[in-house]
Amino acid sequence: MTTTSDVAARAGWDEHPPRMGFFTDTSVCIGCKACEVACKEWNGVPDDGYDLLGLSYDNTGSLSANTWRHVAFIEQSKPFGPQTTGIDEAPTGDRDEVRWLMSSDVCKHCTEAGCLDVCPTGALFRTEFGTVVVQQDICNGCGYCIPACPFGVIDRRESDGKAWKCTLCYDRIGEDQTPACAKACPTESIQYGPLDELRERAQGRLDQLVEAGHADAQLYLEDSADGVGGAGAFFLLLDKPEAYGLPPDPVVPTRDVRAMWRHAAAAAGVFAGLGVAAFVGRRR
Amino acid sequence: MAEAHPVGFQWVVEAKKRGATVIHVDPRYTRTSALADIHVPMRAGSDIAFLGALVNHVLSNELWFRDYVLAYTNASFLVREDFGDTEDLDGLFSGFDPEKRTYQTETWQYAGIDVGADEHGEEEKTTKYEQKGTGHQFGSGGAALDPGDAIRDLTLQHPRCIINVLKRHFARYTPEMVEEVCGVPADLFTKVADALTSNSGPDRTGAFVYSVGWTQHSVGVQYIRTAAILQLLLGNMGRPGGGIMAMRGHASIQGSTDIPTLYNLLPGYLPMPHALEHSTLQEYLHLNTPRGGFYGSMPAYLVSLLKAYWGEHAKPSNDFCFDYLPRLTGDHSSYPTVMAQIDGKCKGYFLLGENPAVGHANSKMQRLGLSNLDWLVIRDFSLIESATWWKDGPEIETGECRTEDIGTEVFFLPAAAHTEKAGSFTNTQRLLQWRHQAVEPQGDQRSDLWFIWHLGRLIRDKLAARQPDLGDASLDRPVLDLTWDSPTQGRYDDPDPEAVLREVNGWDAEGKAISGYTDLKDDGSTTCGCWIYCGVYADEVNQAARRKPGGEQDWVASQWGWAWPMNRRILYNRASADPEGRPWSQRKALVWWDETESKWTGGDVPDFAADKNPHYEPPPGAKAADAIGGADPFVMQTDGKGWLYVPSGLTDGPMPTHYEPHESPFRNSLYPQQSNPARQVFSRADNLSNPSPGESGNSDVFPFVVTTYRLTEHHTAGGMSRWLPYLAELQPAMFCEVSPELAQHRGLTHLGWATVVTARAAIEARVLVTERLAPLRVGGRVVHQVGLPYHFGPNGYVTGDAANELLGLALDPNVHIQESKVSSCDIRPGRRPRGPGLLRLVDDYRRRAGVTITTGDTAVTAPKADTTEATST
Amino acid sequence: MSGAHAAGPGGDRRGRSGGGRRRRGEQMMVPKAEFSSYYGRPIIKKPVWSELDIGGYLFTGGIAAGSAVIGAGADLTGRPELRHVARLSSLAALGVSGAALVHDLGVPARFHHMLRVAKPTSPMSVGTWILTAFGLPTGIAGAAELPGLVPPFLRGLVGALGRPAGIASALVAPGVATYTAVLLADTSVPSWHEAWPELPFVFAGSALSGSAGLALALAPCEESKPVRRLAVLGAALELAASQRIEHRLGLLGEPYKEGSAGSKMRLAKKLTLAGAVTAAALGRRSRVAAVASGAALFAASALTRFAIFEAGVASTEDPKYVVVPQRERLQRRTSVTPS
Ligand SMILES: Nc1nc2c(c(=O)[nH]1)N[C@H]1C(S)=C(S)[C@@H](COP(=O)(O)OP(=O)(O)OC[C@H]3O[C@@H](n4cnc5c(=O)[nH]c(N)nc54)[C@H](O)[C@@H]3O)O[C@H]1N2
Ligand SMILES: Nc1nc2c(c(=O)[nH]1)N[C@H]1C(S)=C(S)[C@@H](COP(=O)(O)OP(=O)(O)OC[C@H]3O[C@@H](n4cnc5c(=O)[nH]c(N)nc54)[C@H](O)[C@@H]3O)O[C@H]1N2
Ligand code: SF4
Ligand code: SF4
Ligand code: SF4
Ligand code: SF4
Ligand code: SF4
Ligand SMILES: [Mo]
Repeated sequence: MTTTSDVAARAGWDEHPPRMGFFTDTSVCIGCKACEVACKEWNGVPDDGYDLLGLSYDNTGSLSANTWRHVAFIEQSKPFGPQTTGIDEAPTGDRDEVRWLMSSDVCKHCTEAGCLDVCPTGALFRTEFGTVVVQQDICNGCGYCIPACPFGVIDRRESDGKAWKCTLCYDRIGEDQTPACAKACPTESIQYGPLDELRERAQGRLDQLVEAGHADAQLYLEDSADGVGGAGAFFLLLDKPEAYGLPPDPVVPTRDVRAMWRHAAAAAGVFAGLGVAAFVGRRR
Repeated sequence: MAEAHPVGFQWVVEAKKRGATVIHVDPRYTRTSALADIHVPMRAGSDIAFLGALVNHVLSNELWFRDYVLAYTNASFLVREDFGDTEDLDGLFSGFDPEKRTYQTETWQYAGIDVGADEHGEEEKTTKYEQKGTGHQFGSGGAALDPGDAIRDLTLQHPRCIINVLKRHFARYTPEMVEEVCGVPADLFTKVADALTSNSGPDRTGAFVYSVGWTQHSVGVQYIRTAAILQLLLGNMGRPGGGIMAMRGHASIQGSTDIPTLYNLLPGYLPMPHALEHSTLQEYLHLNTPRGGFYGSMPAYLVSLLKAYWGEHAKPSNDFCFDYLPRLTGDHSSYPTVMAQIDGKCKGYFLLGENPAVGHANSKMQRLGLSNLDWLVIRDFSLIESATWWKDGPEIETGECRTEDIGTEVFFLPAAAHTEKAGSFTNTQRLLQWRHQAVEPQGDQRSDLWFIWHLGRLIRDKLAARQPDLGDASLDRPVLDLTWDSPTQGRYDDPDPEAVLREVNGWDAEGKAISGYTDLKDDGSTTCGCWIYCGVYADEVNQAARRKPGGEQDWVASQWGWAWPMNRRILYNRASADPEGRPWSQRKALVWWDETESKWTGGDVPDFAADKNPHYEPPPGAKAADAIGGADPFVMQTDGKGWLYVPSGLTDGPMPTHYEPHESPFRNSLYPQQSNPARQVFSRADNLSNPSPGESGNSDVFPFVVTTYRLTEHHTAGGMSRWLPYLAELQPAMFCEVSPELAQHRGLTHLGWATVVTARAAIEARVLVTERLAPLRVGGRVVHQVGLPYHFGPNGYVTGDAANELLGLALDPNVHIQESKVSSCDIRPGRRPRGPGLLRLVDDYRRRAGVTITTGDTAVTAPKADTTEATST
Repeated sequence: MSGAHAAGPGGDRRGRSGGGRRRRGEQMMVPKAEFSSYYGRPIIKKPVWSELDIGGYLFTGGIAAGSAVIGAGADLTGRPELRHVARLSSLAALGVSGAALVHDLGVPARFHHMLRVAKPTSPMSVGTWILTAFGLPTGIAGAAELPGLVPPFLRGLVGALGRPAGIASALVAPGVATYTAVLLADTSVPSWHEAWPELPFVFAGSALSGSAGLALALAPCEESKPVRRLAVLGAALELAASQRIEHRLGLLGEPYKEGSAGSKMRLAKKLTLAGAVTAAALGRRSRVAAVASGAALFAASALTRFAIFEAGVASTEDPKYVVVPQRERLQRRTSVTPS
């Protein structure tokens, strides 16, 4: 599997800044949703409808063409590391502790990006910052990127038929501005910066938390040996990825594309062979 | 705090990363609890029992900071012999007058202060404050009490020594009592007690943060008092990392108490003159000026204010136009005003950024008040419920009111938002931060400054035209003589807000901006719009606009914005040094006495006369600041001491006492006295109460505790969130939070509908079943609590019934705040009836609960309460 | 279902994968793994493609390809009737296929943006080029069958180009028939992606049997011997390959067996089998039998494509199809190399 080779260079940028990305430390997320709102404000993303989903305090549900930051709220009957709460002492016998995990999800800006690989128009491209962005003037809404994403991030917008997702604020970072979501985040749960620095910081924070007694704490998508070659936006989670609606072992679909073509060629051969076979030999 | 002050909460997160222990005491497990080290779920309305037990724990285990307490608090003062405590009187203090429902407070005084020593002694003062019922006006000063030669016992042996009075008063606040009253297990209480005490002392400090979870109670002020006692005992006041932080509300609500929108205050917490007592400037000053403390300079503050108001018209000869000031004739706070509207006494109303039709308790009463006006001016962004109740309010739906019968003439004026105008915000920590205008307001939108200023201009023109010849005799003089000359700017002639700020700061005889309130004079040579803000424009610079990043300056960040008073970041910071003037510890050093320079110095601006030696003893007869000793840090207090016991200034007791909320499913386990005897109740047909146990009526009809609160995603009554798609979509419906146990008990299903009922109304809400709420064992039985966000109403992109329909008016007697944090209720599955059916449902509940107009209005339920004393003296 | 829709907003909903019918043999292939998810919500997005458009595009693409081969074969082996119907079927099918593809775009007017790039990692890009290469000769070959519609001055040329064009289109046809399998497999849709080794063979078989069926129904019996053979061979290939998918994929084979995808799949198999057998047995003698078996094979081919499309979509709707296999993969990896 590819390691984090220089993605920008691979994409043909010979002169380029360091790869920029996000480290989202969910252990300090307070679920204020400032990131969701700031993203919509800055990028003019339309609202997502007024339905009460009742998924704890999450009424957004998931990332979509109209939501590029999504804050998940997970209520669990488990202790929050060393935390003490009287909840489990409720006079009802069968009560455990509670913990309330919150996490702000976003496009992962994968090293091996399925969406980008399969885009037949080149609308999706790799920026000089190593991020993955849709060029809206090119996208023809073929929709191929959507099932190609192992994380269910990118989506097609009803109103204009084009694919939309987080741009990692391409327009802001080009001007040395922090992306809107990270800027708005009060607790620095969303940290923006050069990927290498972020990875170091993340490791330190993880050790801290494990020490403090958060047994399930883990880094997600920070390993360049994983199925997507590591991501430009990686996370510190306090539980299994799937509890947050994230795939536990994502793999970029195009990893096997060569083999797929080989099989297709073989099948094509058989197809041709059978075609010939049908016609050779005795008439009537 | 994470819910309602997310940006402020970043510092809690940072503190936690640095090893601080975060404790969250809240009936619900909230976004704040999610990151806390300890979460204490408790019954709403029971904090004084919890905090009182902490006080008891600290006192009985000798965990208090002896040197600090002895030197800096009134622990050693003696209380009068005839003082009666709740221990002796079944839960009341001495001096209660059941007719007036108020306390006569002279028995609460320090021993040795001879009442009636001079013709304007304590008795007269305090009784007069009571008539106004406004302890509030001592916002930063404490009562104008004159400690004179109060008796102290520095050995703390004397039984009437305040520390010993405290010990007796809090003796019954035990961990067992906490379990009984709050539903908090004793072991959890102990965990909190240990965390708090082990993080207090010379090397460590602990801080309290509260907001309306503590204030919105019929004993709200005493909640904070209990915390104050704790922090004084632990030596956590005036020191870095200590204190009691009040998380304020609207972006500049602190500013609007400093320069008040409150009826009973003038800028800088100067009391509003009262019609009966303050006929002359001299009388006002004599009655309100304490001998000691920074309020000792009240003459300078008031005269400078009068000069700011009336400029050259204010002369010594005419008492600086003191007569021009309006006078109080009684309680003109918000709720009595609404009742005055209903009773036809109040005919016109301005709503500048307020949505009472859904935002205020007993919102039906609010609407009935609005419906009975001649005119209403409302300035807001969108057509909020307070602007449209007359055509689509709940009373129209039920048929109680008909649009054609509502005579109120409503003027709706679009307001400019904070992004569309410049000005200052004063935040929680008294920090003024200047905002620049980002965009021009659109269409007819105008700033409130524009509106008030031009309204004033037009009125003055009309008055001037009305009676040119009357001259000084004219009753219009107070308005005509006002200095109303701010320079205007921009397309719409907006008054220049920086010029206004400079006016607030004030200037000297040469017209130069004054640099601090110590320069204010009482001879009319200085002007100042608000003495505590004096210095915000020092050196002719808008100090509030400073934005030096924290990384580029000292750790106190004194060059970011400007904090009153005198840009001090930590009040009473003299207390960060010991009596000798040395830091209690290097770790917690803030300001200290520099022997060689013989002046106070350190990180923060010393909150003390810069050159006052720690050993300074005030000479007899010394006044104002000079009356404060060199080791008395609490310079705003008349005696320079931190008050463990409040001899004067509070209307409902010198020490906090646990009383049950006005509406509670429980008896008071601590005293026969059920609830705060001095609480303000309004027994009217439009403000009925749920019965509590022990009085006539069946309290079991409303068996659950209900509390109301905020969601991060919405703002207060919704005017700033229900109309914004990006916020509205995040919490799109009114809901109630219940535990799985209560859901099962009452047959409620997640995302289904429920109807919540009180004696006032019934509302419907979607159900959120969550383990973040848990039943508690209180008074030996299980109690369930219902949680309701209060942001919803019938207008906007997302709508829902308003929680405030449910709440009645029972107020704290000191500050007249409604008890919107706790009440009793019933909850049932399904939606509420529409139309008249709704009224029938509520009537049925009233009948079953035996609710009458007099329900809940008993003041005294304590048999032994010795109320004779009050009438006898 | 993962049981995520139980009352209460507890995020960490545990569900059990599998379920479904418990017939012997199947049990082992359906792992009973405890798994957690976010309120049982899908993890990956379900394709926004409309079933009719894209299912139809897959199907008609296959028909176009198969018919092209038949057309060329018939031409070279002197079967004019068969050539005629095959070339026209190919052209018609191609038309429908292209139309469906464009119709499904969010911005149809930008179809040509597909031609900006050529990316081997994007089967849709590759496919676009293959279709372009296929379109021209198929068009000419088709035109050669309808001289009436060709402007007089071109008739000669078109007539002359008929055979080479037909052969050219037959040479591209195998690609047309199989790239669509990669198009589906090269996604994160669990039941498509995991089936990548077999899908091309299913598509190849289905293309052959479907197009043979069409030809069988339209061409006279005496010319249709090769297509009867082709029908049998194609059917065999399709059945074998799809059988393998359902068994090899374990949990991810489930969507091919359950729900409407499952019933379509089962019906498709029955029709394929029946069609092939009838064609082989009676197709030569009875015109009725030929038409019937042809129609059956044609319909079967369509059903197969729609079934596969639906199975994929179904596998995106329940998170278990993402979580369980990935968890198992992780366990296998960590058990091999404990990190
Ligand atoms: N997002 C957002 N932020 C806001 C506002 C807003 O509307 N939305 N409003 C602003 C305003 S005006 C204000 S005043 C502040 C208010 O800020 P807060 O006081 O934090 O707001 P609340 O949510 O009303 O109350 C806080 C907590 O008190 C708890 N509580 C209820 N009863 C009791 C009790 O008896 N004891 C204890 N210990 N806790 C209790 C509630 O469960 C709630 O979690 O927020 C300001 N900030
Ligand atoms: N049940 C219950 N009731 C409560 C509370 C509770 O906790 N529970 N909390 C209480 C508290 S702490 C508060 S502060 C009140 C708040 O209650 P309100 O103040 O009545 O409600 P808001 O929605 O804050 O009203 C502010 C209005 O001002 C408008 N506005 C904003 N900026 C401007 C401006 O610059 N100019 C003008 N003219 N208008 C502007 C907004 O659009 C909004 O409609 O609610 C109280 N009521
Ligand atoms: S997360 Fe999905 S959308 Fe984002 S880059 Fe990776 S594949 Fe593309
Ligand atoms: S929808 Fe747009 S971005 Fe996505 S693959 Fe097609 S062209 Fe590319
Ligand atoms: S980086 Fe920009 S586009 Fe991406 S989520 Fe944050 S704000 Fe939205
Ligand atoms: S802004 Fe930060 S803290 Fe708030 S929800 Fe987003 S990530 Fe969490
Ligand atoms: S709304 Fe404004 S004041 Fe309130 S927390 Fe956010 S930033 Fe601070
Ligand atoms: Mo407030």
